Amino acid sequence: MTLNSVNAPKAYLILADGTVFQGKSFGCTGEVIGEIVFTTAMTGYEETLTDPSYCGQIVTQTFPLIGNYGVNDEDYESRGSVVSGYIVREYCEIPSNFRCEGDIDSFLKKHNIIGLYDIDTRKLTRIIRETGVMNGMITPTLPEGSEMDKVLEKIKAYTVGEVVPKVTVKAPEEYKSEQGKYRVALIDYGYKHNIRRELVKRGCDVTVFPAQVSAEEIKQFNPDGIMLSNGPGDPQDNPVSINTLRELIKEQIPTFGICLGHQLLALANGATTIKLKYGHRGGNQPVTDLTIDRTFITSQNHGYAVVSESVPESAGKVSHINGNDHTCEGVMYTNAPAFTVQFHPEACGGPHDTAYLFDKFISLMEENK
Amino acid sequence: MPLRSDIKKVLVIGSGPIVIGQAAEFDYAGTQACRALKQEGLEVVLINSNPATIMTDKHMADKIYIEPLTLDVVKKIIEIEKPDSILSTLGGQTGLTLSMQLAEEGFLDSHNVKLLGANPETIHKAEDRQAFKDTMEAIGEPCIPSKVVETVEDAMEFAKVIDYPVIVRPAFTLGGTGGGIAYNEAELHEIATNGLRLSPITQVLIEKCISGWKEIEFEVIRDAKGNVITVCSMENFDPVGVHTGDSIVIAPAVTLADKEYQMLRTAALNIIQALKVEGGCNCQFALKPDSFEYAVIEVNPRVSRSSALASKATGYPIAKVATRIAIGYSLDEIINQVTGKTYACFEPALDYVVVKFPKWPFDKFVYAKKTLGTQMKATGEVMAIGTSFEEAMMKAVRSIELGMDNMRKKTFITMTDDEVREKLHDVDVDRSFCVFEALRRGFDVKEICDITTIDKWFVSKLKNLADLEAWLEEGELTQEKYDAAKKYSYLDKTIERLSGQKLSDKGIKTRHAVYKMVDTCAAEFSAETPYFYSTYDEENEAAEFIEQHPTDKKKVIVFGSGPIRIGQGIEFDYCSVHCVWALKEMGYEAIICNNNPETVSTDFDTGDRLYFDPLTFEDVDSLIATEKPYGVVVQFGGQTAIKLTKHLQESGVRILGTSAQSIDDAEDREKFDELLEKCGIPRPSGHTVFTTEEALKAANELGYPVLLRPSYVLGGQNMIIAHCDSDVTEYMTIITATELENPVLIDKYLMGTEVEVDAICDGTDFLIPGIMEHIERAGVHSGDSISVYPAQTLSEKIKQTIVTYTERLAKALNVIGLVNIQYVVYDNEVYVIEVNPRSSRTVPYISKVTGVQMVDIATKIMLGESLKSQGYESGIYPVGDYVAVKVPVFSFEKLHDVDTQLGPEMKSTGEALGIARTFEEALYKGLIAAGFKMYKSGGVMFSVKNGDKPEIIPLAEKFEKLGFKLYATSGTASMLNKNMIATNFTYRIHEGMEPNVITLLESGEINYVISTSETGRKPALDSVKIRRKSVERSIACLTSIDTANALVKCLAMDKSVDDLEMVDITKI
Repeated sequence: MTLNSVNAPKAYLILADGTVFQGKSFGCTGEVIGEIVFTTAMTGYEETLTDPSYCGQIVTQTFPLIGNYGVNDEDYESRGSVVSGYIVREYCEIPSNFRCEGDIDSFLKKHNIIGLYDIDTRKLTRIIRETGVMNGMITPTLPEGSEMDKVLEKIKAYTVGEVVPKVTVKAPEEYKSEQGKYRVALIDYGYKHNIRRELVKRGCDVTVFPAQVSAEEIKQFNPDGIMLSNGPGDPQDNPVSINTLRELIKEQIPTFGICLGHQLLALANGATTIKLKYGHRGGNQPVTDLTIDRTFITSQNHGYAVVSESVPESAGKVSHINGNDHTCEGVMYTNAPAFTVQFHPEACGGPHDTAYLFDKFISLMEENK
Repeated sequence: MPLRSDIKKVLVIGSGPIVIGQAAEFDYAGTQACRALKQEGLEVVLINSNPATIMTDKHMADKIYIEPLTLDVVKKIIEIEKPDSILSTLGGQTGLTLSMQLAEEGFLDSHNVKLLGANPETIHKAEDRQAFKDTMEAIGEPCIPSKVVETVEDAMEFAKVIDYPVIVRPAFTLGGTGGGIAYNEAELHEIATNGLRLSPITQVLIEKCISGWKEIEFEVIRDAKGNVITVCSMENFDPVGVHTGDSIVIAPAVTLADKEYQMLRTAALNIIQALKVEGGCNCQFALKPDSFEYAVIEVNPRVSRSSALASKATGYPIAKVATRIAIGYSLDEIINQVTGKTYACFEPALDYVVVKFPKWPFDKFVYAKKTLGTQMKATGEVMAIGTSFEEAMMKAVRSIELGMDNMRKKTFITMTDDEVREKLHDVDVDRSFCVFEALRRGFDVKEICDITTIDKWFVSKLKNLADLEAWLEEGELTQEKYDAAKKYSYLDKTIERLSGQKLSDKGIKTRHAVYKMVDTCAAEFSAETPYFYSTYDEENEAAEFIEQHPTDKKKVIVFGSGPIRIGQGIEFDYCSVHCVWALKEMGYEAIICNNNPETVSTDFDTGDRLYFDPLTFEDVDSLIATEKPYGVVVQFGGQTAIKLTKHLQESGVRILGTSAQSIDDAEDREKFDELLEKCGIPRPSGHTVFTTEEALKAANELGYPVLLRPSYVLGGQNMIIAHCDSDVTEYMTIITATELENPVLIDKYLMGTEVEVDAICDGTDFLIPGIMEHIERAGVHSGDSISVYPAQTLSEKIKQTIVTYTERLAKALNVIGLVNIQYVVYDNEVYVIEVNPRSSRTVPYISKVTGVQMVDIATKIMLGESLKSQGYESGIYPVGDYVAVKVPVFSFEKLHDVDTQLGPEMKSTGEALGIARTFEEALYKGLIAAGFKMYKSGGVMFSVKNGDKPEIIPLAEKFEKLGFKLYATSGTASMLNKNMIATNFTYRIHEGMEPNVITLLESGEINYVISTSETGRKPALDSVKIRRKSVERSIACLTSIDTANALVKCLAMDKSVDDLEMVDITKI
């Protein structure tokens, strides 16, 4: 915060339960409604802002100082930013880092994101923790009297809805690796670019397919492996994709799923998903790999989870669980050469401790060649 | 993996006396370790020579040995106790080194003792320079390229390989004498030539210069399964080149993008995996500011100062978790105590930032070099938590007790811009303040960054503070300005001072701070452990917490003692913690407020609630407003807490124990004189003065020598013995340079036997657990004297007088709780020197050797119990079977230019204790524990002031009889020779001939130096050079004839460790 912020225009956050926070405006000014979520990650705000999984959500950073090292073009995890709104306690006007190309305020302005700062973000986080994910609105003006009731109705009525179509590629995109050892079809539900980078780095030629791709198209592509990406929204809102996966399972193509991809494959196999109270978002979530009895620190961003008990025995079994709440974090399939995880081994931001899963995918492709 | 079944009895090695670089953090770690082991039902044997620690407290372990931490002693204890394992990683470098030696000698194997925490291979890989480099290379982690060379040509060649600039470090020269940074071939030629000449073994290390790189630390934990986590990252305000212990540190790291952060995090995890540490490990990295290039600077495979800081910064108890891992548990089995729901296998998420600020001893060592480098100089530190860097910094600055409440340092204000610019180049203790001053004057941020190489992020943040202050200073004070200043945690009084306006005049709505919880998880989970910090925000979680946890218990706040400094050390933390324990035992809710991250008091499970905050009036007012306590305790937190008394009393807060009035009566010279007169107790005559003129007048009236000191001090800060007018003038000039709120006391100086008493008083009865006598005569600060319990030379009559005086004083001052009184016995007359109605440095040791739990008793008295009700009779407690000798420990090798001559100003950083059935044996143990080597023969050099010459004759004779060769300069030598004591003659430095005293010291023929001189504040004198040279060559240098006599007595005993009885103090 510098003295500039003394004169910054006021802005408000109205929660669905009527709680109002008064803060200040940064980034774009305007009104936006979204599902309010918080992330506890202390670094990687640029990766967060460009993570398509946050589509339809207003993201709150629990770490109070955001923007310290600025932003740069290299660290984008997608083409732009699709968060609905952004809430921080304090943003840094004078960032410092050798790769810094701009500050966070300009970044938000560039991507038309409405930002709010200088509120008690810990208070907000505690509300969400206690009552669960809640809708909210960032607005430059506070509605008065009956106007407020109308606004609250509007806030409550909001749903993230079908957002995958908004973030997936429009047409297939190809990315060649140096070695060109494997052909990987990456189905894009809103993929983070580091998934692709991790694969290319390991010698995979990656073709990114739109989420609506048919099983037939994938089959014709004849990949060595299928990568199911992360993405936003309720997994059950994607019946077409689930159907496609149901078809693809039969093909016995090595498959690796992350986050939404993990959930969709589980749904395709007859498992169910639930919405978590306030989700897991941050870079410090412990996940135990039951197959090797080791716990890893992972990067996470999800509001839904696969119900462990719902994974049909005939399809596979839970391979990873969350160290804190023991929810399902991964499935090892027995009916196909496939495994999926709820967390983000591609990191960015967050720890790289589970990058070994990409190696595992490579081995799986190698074995099935 | 559960508890290992092959572990039943564990030996824990403590870290010994407090020295610079190894302080209270190891008491914190050791205490956590002992507790964790006991909770597992294991038998715990503890050895630590430091009696001021909490870990050496009766209920911390089953067997406790306060014995010297030498290899022989540890072996002997292993033979007696037969533990099956040793925990090596909780006792600092001392514990690690001893464990390593035991393992290498095969002693552990032959005695079937397992090493827990870090195995010998791990320690070797981390500690041995070459092994470390090889290990890092094997896992692809870059180290700083370096090479040992013996010729200038080799140096030049290697520099070509690693590229300039390079650092030249000569081997075996103290403080890097003769080293330097070379930017090109010509410079390297010159520096290397010089360095090789100065190195006694003609060897220099050529190292790639990475000064100016960012310094980043990670605290990492690994379990036997191979699970690894990082607890906390930290970034240094001062780039590489300043020891991390001397740097302002922020947690978490702030200027690293996720890519760099994860790169270093992954490196830290790879390192701990490669070293196979089972427990905590500290990894220090240097990161080039303009690329991804980095280097591993250092790895410590044990808990450390940084791990204590990380524990307090995050709420993650590293030492406790490391201990559990060492005995077999894995991270995913250990519950996270803070949330009670999650496991230790996670990484804390912070929703605040933490600033650590070092506490240096330079307010005491006025002439010492204040420059910072690779040798740590800080004695302690404070930590401050805030929601912004600016806020945390402001809180840290007022916690550090430099008399500052913002970053404006008085000495810079009068400088010209050019002088400030020049000063920015100095890497010293005032650098952050200098940067602030430069910003205040409108210097360009970039210019400051270029000069200091401090990251722009930090400088910009400080600029925000400077801008805010400028805004406060201009025009009318408004609510908007007030609120903005409060966001940065400015005190109301600071806002008033800067604006020159009264808040009340301007109708400003003032506010108290609110409290947020430190919960390890950024509020993701609800937390069980009440650990709070203040900030100026909306929600007050502490108030909510109190509301949600209603209790019938009365609440008592215990104020802690702040940063560890010379004169106010770990003893006060011992007292605060004991008070808390006693309060809890009595059914009170005990709340702690303190700001020192190294201590047990700031462990979140010590009190019922912990507030990690500064201890200023306004800060405690906010706390009182939230907690609304039944009462507060100030007498255990040293001067830091005592200073709050008057303010609190005036605010209507109940002070438990001795009242503010009584404290003032003891501190205020005139009132104190009246009191003594009323009690009929003599004291050396004296006056109070404010100016140099008054001081000179008083000194001449009293007659030299006189003792000068400011009132309201601890540890004899700024205390001197003046022998002439110029001493007085010099002293007054220094003391009046800072704001003089209280007068200077000037007393006639009596050179007698110093006696110290700690007593407990309930208003009716009093109890003296023991009378302590100092080996050194008055004039050496009590904290620097060897202290003996029970007193050995005092007559019954004198002892009785002391008891009588103590009773009279305690009662006259209405002491409720503890009082510490210092007496001097001169010509068979007892004089009072000082009365402190509070706990003292000697309370822990006297409690341990007498078994009288002084703090517990005093706490109960404060809450209404009496001595009688606790089973104690009035008077002096019967003397026990053991003699205890407390020996001070200094950190002179870390502080260049500090004269080691002992005087009225305290210089020691810590202490060791010797306990035995006889005085001689206790003294022997105490001296060994304090680091003295007991030579059977060798050389002794004398260089004493004229007044001491008659006294050294019998001393020299004793050394001669033991077979030592004696050396002295002309006068002393001829005097000794005349007395038939064969003494070799040596030249003085300025005589320009050899062998002189310095070359003699360098020759290796001298084992002990006896050096005294008239005055020695200025480090230029010959005698000071002798003493510094002794430090440099690790030669024991005694600056008091009394200490020397004590030493020679021990040498004459001709004892060895085998002859010593190991005392388990739990049996006393």
